[in-house]
Amino acid sequence: MKEYKTVSQIAGPLVFVENVSGVGYNELVEVTLPNGNKQKGQVLDVTDTHAVVQIFGSTSGLNTTQTSVKFLGETMKLGVSTEMLGRIFSGLGEPKDNAPKPVAEKYLDISGAAINPYSRAEPRDFIQTGVSTIDCMNTLVRGQKLPIFSASGLPHNQLAVQIARQSKTKDQKEEFAVVFAAVGITHEEASFFMRDFEKTGALERAVLFLNLADDPSVERIITPRLALTTAEYLAFEKDMHVLVIITDMTNYCEALREIASARQEVPGRRGYPGYMYTDLSTIYERAGRIKGRKGTVTQFPILTMPGDDITHPIPDLTGYITEGQIVLSRDLHRKNVAPPVDPLPSLSRLMNLGIGDGRTREDHRGIADQLYAAYANGRDLRSLSAVVGEESLTDTDRKYLRFADDFEKRFIMQGSNEDRTIEQTLSLGWELLGSLPTEELKRVKVEYIKKYGAGSKGSSEAPAEKKAAQEGPSPTNPEKAAPKAPLKAKKAPSKGKRKSRK
Amino acid sequence: MAKTGTLVRITGPVVVAKDLGHAKLYDVVRVGEEKLVGEIIKIVGNEFVIQVYEDTAGIRPGEPVISTGEPLSVELGPGILRSFYDGIQRPLEKIEEAAGAFITRGINVAPLDHKKKWEFKALKKKGESVEVGDILGEVQETDVITHRILANDSGKLTDIRSGKFTLDDPIGEIDTRKGKVPAYMYHRWVVRKPRPYREKFPPIVPLSTGMRLVDTFAPIAKGGTACIPGPFGSGKTVTQQSLAKWSDAEIVVYIGCGERGNEMTEVLNEFPKILDPKSGKPLMERTVLIANTSNMPVAAREASIYTGITLAEYYRDMGYGVSLMADSTSRWAEALREISGRLEEMPGEEGYPAYLARKLAEFYERAGRVKTLGSPDREGSVTVIGAVSPPGGDISEPVSQNTLRVTKVFLALDASLAHRRHFPAIHWLKSYSLYTDTLDPWYEENIGSDWPTLRNEAMALLQKEAELQEIVQLVGPDALPEKEQAILLIAKMIREDYLQQSAFHEIDAFASMKKQYLMLRNIMRFYERAIGAVDLGIQLKTISGVKVREKVGRMKEIPEERLNDVEAIYKEIDREFDSLRKE
Repeated sequence: MKEYKTVSQIAGPLVFVENVSGVGYNELVEVTLPNGNKQKGQVLDVTDTHAVVQIFGSTSGLNTTQTSVKFLGETMKLGVSTEMLGRIFSGLGEPKDNAPKPVAEKYLDISGAAINPYSRAEPRDFIQTGVSTIDCMNTLVRGQKLPIFSASGLPHNQLAVQIARQSKTKDQKEEFAVVFAAVGITHEEASFFMRDFEKTGALERAVLFLNLADDPSVERIITPRLALTTAEYLAFEKDMHVLVIITDMTNYCEALREIASARQEVPGRRGYPGYMYTDLSTIYERAGRIKGRKGTVTQFPILTMPGDDITHPIPDLTGYITEGQIVLSRDLHRKNVAPPVDPLPSLSRLMNLGIGDGRTREDHRGIADQLYAAYANGRDLRSLSAVVGEESLTDTDRKYLRFADDFEKRFIMQGSNEDRTIEQTLSLGWELLGSLPTEELKRVKVEYIKKYGAGSKGSSEAPAEKKAAQEGPSPTNPEKAAPKAPLKAKKAPSKGKRKSRK
Repeated sequence: MAKTGTLVRITGPVVVAKDLGHAKLYDVVRVGEEKLVGEIIKIVGNEFVIQVYEDTAGIRPGEPVISTGEPLSVELGPGILRSFYDGIQRPLEKIEEAAGAFITRGINVAPLDHKKKWEFKALKKKGESVEVGDILGEVQETDVITHRILANDSGKLTDIRSGKFTLDDPIGEIDTRKGKVPAYMYHRWVVRKPRPYREKFPPIVPLSTGMRLVDTFAPIAKGGTACIPGPFGSGKTVTQQSLAKWSDAEIVVYIGCGERGNEMTEVLNEFPKILDPKSGKPLMERTVLIANTSNMPVAAREASIYTGITLAEYYRDMGYGVSLMADSTSRWAEALREISGRLEEMPGEEGYPAYLARKLAEFYERAGRVKTLGSPDREGSVTVIGAVSPPGGDISEPVSQNTLRVTKVFLALDASLAHRRHFPAIHWLKSYSLYTDTLDPWYEENIGSDWPTLRNEAMALLQKEAELQEIVQLVGPDALPEKEQAILLIAKMIREDYLQQSAFHEIDAFASMKKQYLMLRNIMRFYERAIGAVDLGIQLKTISGVKVREKVGRMKEIPEERLNDVEAIYKEIDREFDSLRKE
């Protein structure tokens, strides 16, 4: 192994080494500081005479005369084993819980390799998160990457924890693990996650990688990759279903920008490097299912949108790679709706694969679309009624307005402890739709309205659930019950007539 | 030819080598001990800048670089259809066999199967003289597509025989001016060079897409170009996939350029299951998929759209109508930007290289309806439909703007429609097609003489609705006169009962032009009668409550075999309004 003392320049996290030979691109580097401390780094650019090394850590204390640089002859690898479950590691993969380093069963390159699209299997196993807005309208499936788009001051961590705690699939026997990567979050936030994992007993099935706010920012480039390498190992070699939570991807992108500007690269939008899309994809694309293997990697990255701006490059590029997004809304949060998931900009692209007859229920797609459309319409009318007043709206419009309110108070609102089954969620949806005239329900098949709609056999099938849902925080209940009864009475005969005409 | 040089510098996907002798720009080279595929993209004196199509981690200066003396090419011959390639035409299925589920580098596999025997049926006879592009014979490539073997040289056929051959067996011999050369069932073609044709025709035949909004308001011509810009989540990919599934092209080339892996898997799983309405055979029988997902090497992403369009042109030259879907050209432009940045070129707008506009125009210009080379006379077309992913959905950015300048159809995806689950989330007022006028004669002749009128009236109503909505925002709908309220009602019907179409509904996913015509005619008839009724003083409430409205709303669910039922609604509208009038 060659060791050089020929450092010529130090700029930010970058160190330039002269007169090197036989150094490989992306090779791992060990730098010995004048005071004897060691730092790890990686080769970013190499020619036949010099190399540019990026240090994962602080470069303070380095100088050009005494620093020595050792090229380790291989790319960065992580020793993985099932013993990692229940352990806490630093952002560079060193144990942080005062226990010895687990014995590695295998060493894997942390940048991973692209899954051959031919070898991928479609994600299609419905995951019930117990959160209505996700289960019904933005269904999560195993092997999906679904980020939470949040903003400062919103309860995204609570939602992530709730999902990690409640997630289940039909077959409960399968092995399940959580890999958690903290990227530049505060001690407080990290301990919130750890406390909750401990409390619910999830910790023993979890691997934690913590890069906290006061850790070197360059390390943040490595942390998510360590987490995903571990996840891929557990999923594809140990047949586990792995849920990966990475928070906060915004800090990751900031670190990427910091390095790009230190390298004096041509900046792209808002100073982020032009290759940020490609770089992010090498993280997000490491989710999925592979044909013939049991395990899956499901990703839940969390990012905070700077200035609540969804068109900011970080959420924007993320949205183009991930299979949908869960968007949290400040307005709903202010109204005390928890979790404040705004269904309108939220989306799950793989939803269709995981829902429907045999997976959830045959009416799932239709009711999800109908709830979307009705809520969107109700929200539009809100701004209209603010201008012209509620009195000048039509009857139907007023029903939509009321629907939107109820929808927020009963469907979106559920608190961080309520775990709803998909059947409960769907019945609640039907119940809320019952306040709208049937001819407005164009997104659902007529037969489903008859089967599941308010007042049908379908909704009475689960009376207990209905009651549970109504017991929820719903101050509008008394007002609601009143208009509902006459409405139904009006509807019934018209339905009958339609039938007889045929 | 082969000349070995040495690597002197490595920075990500771009490497520099020296001493490659007479290697030319865009020649393919093999980089390092592992022989990674690369392409020369810049030459400065003795230094050759190379973009590498595979991951370069661990490669060291001093490793060898071998020049092949040949530019990046694809293999054209039977076996392309049903394949699933990466950006440089390596079959992903074979890569899986060689390397497992994860793509490792340095894998060398042939694009076509050279061992498989194909049944070749000669159509030319010994002694005939042939020219480049002449059909020598046929191979049944899949159940639905006959692969026509085209002559690659001109001269006299000194030998040709039918029978079972592999790609490496000569099927005949051509006596050219330069001497006798064997003829094979396949040949190679440089991807960056458009394939020649005899003549380009104007676009006068529409591509039937089965999507009502497109066929009605923004028709795409066979051999035309279209672009679909839209923010994430607005349904670009679903739209692209629907167009690939239902358009009446004979061959579909689908390029997943820098997009999600799972999306390509979805296409791969779904296409073999969907039956083509015409042939009753799986769609996959006439499809080629090219996938270079976002985490696959960025240089191969740049190459993928050229690979795709070259395959499309090849089938065009056989006389087929090909449609090519590129999802997404923004990712391709970003690959250009990334490579350009590594080359330290002076950036243009938003860091994109200054040659972005030229490269985009060159790509779209390879579309067209043409008379091909060779005999017998035949016509083929390549229709290009490119998705664009503008950052933040703002189409003032360079990729969208340069694309709009060269494409003739603009399908404007709209986030607010998508949020409301109005799919396809294509905005009717913002979208346009420059083919409408040239296609009208076809519509008049084949669909209905009143089609252009119906379409224009419907569009006028939607336009009027947008204006009225502004007033409604201020004063509320009740302040409008009854007639204008009626217009709002009809416009809503056009939007919800006609334009809205579910790509996942078993019947609604596809609507033939005939069905579209009947549906639109019913709605416009409803409009006429409703306005007539309002003039007679009948209240709008009564009009909007007519029973037939529900039927109009469910027209889209009537299957193609029962178009009579759609037609019958026309009379029903008349009947109901007549009785309203009597009351």
